[in-house]
Amino acid sequence: MKKTVLVVFFITTTVLLKAQSLKTSMDRGQKVYEKVCLSCHMADGGGVPHLNPPLSQTSYVLGDKSKIIYIVLHGMTDRIPIEDEYYSNNMAAHTDLNDQQIADVLTYVRNNFGNKASAVTVADVKAVRTKKK
Amino acid sequence: MKNFLLYVFCLNISLAACASGNDGVKKAVDDNAGLKLPAGFTAIKMSENIGRSRHIAVTAQGDVYVKSSKLYNGKGILFMKDLNGDGIIDTVMGFGKYTGTGIAIKNGYLYASSDEEVFRYKLNAKNEVINPDQPEKIITGLINRHQHESKSVALDNEGNIYVNVGAYANACQEKDRTLHSKGRMPCPILDSAGGIWQFKADKLNQTYGDGIRYATGLRNVVGLDWNTQTNSLFVMQHGRDQLHDNWPELFDTKQSAELPAETMYELHKGSNAGWPYVYYDPIQHKKILAPEYGGDGKKGIDDIKSEPSVIMGGKGGDPTTLINDMSIARKPVEKNIQDPTVAFPAHMAPNALLFYTGNQFPEKYKNGAFIAFHGSWNRAPEPQKGYLVAFVPFKNGKPSGDWEIFADDFAGGDEFMSPNKAKHRPTGLAQGPDGSLYVTDDVKGAVYKISYNK
Repeated sequence: MKKTVLVVFFITTTVLLKAQSLKTSMDRGQKVYEKVCLSCHMADGGGVPHLNPPLSQTSYVLGDKSKIIYIVLHGMTDRIPIEDEYYSNNMAAHTDLNDQQIADVLTYVRNNFGNKASAVTVADVKAVRTKKK
Repeated sequence: MKNFLLYVFCLNISLAACASGNDGVKKAVDDNAGLKLPAGFTAIKMSENIGRSRHIAVTAQGDVYVKSSKLYNGKGILFMKDLNGDGIIDTVMGFGKYTGTGIAIKNGYLYASSDEEVFRYKLNAKNEVINPDQPEKIITGLINRHQHESKSVALDNEGNIYVNVGAYANACQEKDRTLHSKGRMPCPILDSAGGIWQFKADKLNQTYGDGIRYATGLRNVVGLDWNTQTNSLFVMQHGRDQLHDNWPELFDTKQSAELPAETMYELHKGSNAGWPYVYYDPIQHKKILAPEYGGDGKKGIDDIKSEPSVIMGGKGGDPTTLINDMSIARKPVEKNIQDPTVAFPAHMAPNALLFYTGNQFPEKYKNGAFIAFHGSWNRAPEPQKGYLVAFVPFKNGKPSGDWEIFADDFAGGDEFMSPNKAKHRPTGLAQGPDGSLYVTDDVKGAVYKISYNK
């Protein structure tokens, strides 16, 4: 009985801590988003038709994390269709953001604007940063 | 001609009109298609849901050619007729399997552009295209690096055609749109973009070597028109973006939303509007040295005393070293950077210019300029602005009063933060044979006709 209580306590604490850390990361991420991303991708993540892609419900945002981490690190100048639409503006490489900031802002983007996807961790960002281009 | 007629169909929008007959037409007239207009003017939405209508040309018969930036049933040029004169389009025919922006009618030909080339089609006596599948290729090989890629056209009365080639960058930085990235010196983009090129209107397969760089220092022009009063070319420049994003120490988000001006220029051979070295501040009323080239948001280029040749590296050696030393202010490039003819609020994105020569509108509109503003995005986090058609009165070839809003509420009327909320965005302008003003929209491809009723 004692053992069971302990296990339940442990699980609950882990879940709560995880939720807490997700919330903290999202809050920090929102601040980064407002400072760095909002002017092109807009407050609602809707982007600008034909110029800057939307961040809501696109495979780029919801799919493989490493893809979107790579774009934030190295920018985007290729003309690639996103959900069948082309976007004209170049995106800058964000050398101004550290691993924690990138993890936070991408966690925020992947869990906002109607999105629901796993958090991005500092380790995820580090892995993409150290991978050769 | 047979091919041409294959693409006849009833239009979607006028869905309302098609379905409910005259009631739909009447409603569209009653509410001026949702537009806010000066007293005495009415508007009707002639068509909608036909791709993304960019520029427009109206024939002497009142038929409408629209260039679309999205294929509609596989076609990029749409030819539309209002058969019964009720203001609603009844038939649409399509041809030209390429997307683009520019379209114009001159001396028995229809000119149309993709984002790299310009074509022309011979017209018959009724201004209908004779061989829609066999245009003549007039200009080819224009730069398209997917930023500011549209190629607008205008023609003079001496057999020349003018084409915009937009700069494939925001401010010619070493790294485009990047925090604290310096300007390239001299800006290498200007050799083949960031200006207006002049070609012959009737010569085939011309490219850069066959034309001349008529004017330079223009970041991106989408709206341009030949003014028959002054016999000169007028253009509307899209001013640079992201002063705050890239230089947050110099500009806060509010200043960035109001700077720089969107500008109108009268051009002549050799004109220079100053991009990327200079932008026009509509509040200080002067040409300001761009932050990428050592500016601080206050330094006017006419205040700076130094040899232009030094900056160009002509006499002073390596221009990169010079420009990197920001403590020494220098006057960039040529001395002849011109002032704008008119300065408008920032970021409103002027996509069409038309000098009104009709007789239908009241006297004050005669020879004045209409400008279709596509509307802003780079004002965020401030609310977006400028989804409208503006007017500037002209007398003797010069502005004779302040600019004013002519037609408004294309976006829907309420304040909004995100451009994807805009219901319509003005993109093209044309004058009909009866003096009505036609306005296109590239969200739903709408075509509006605005008329004055005495």
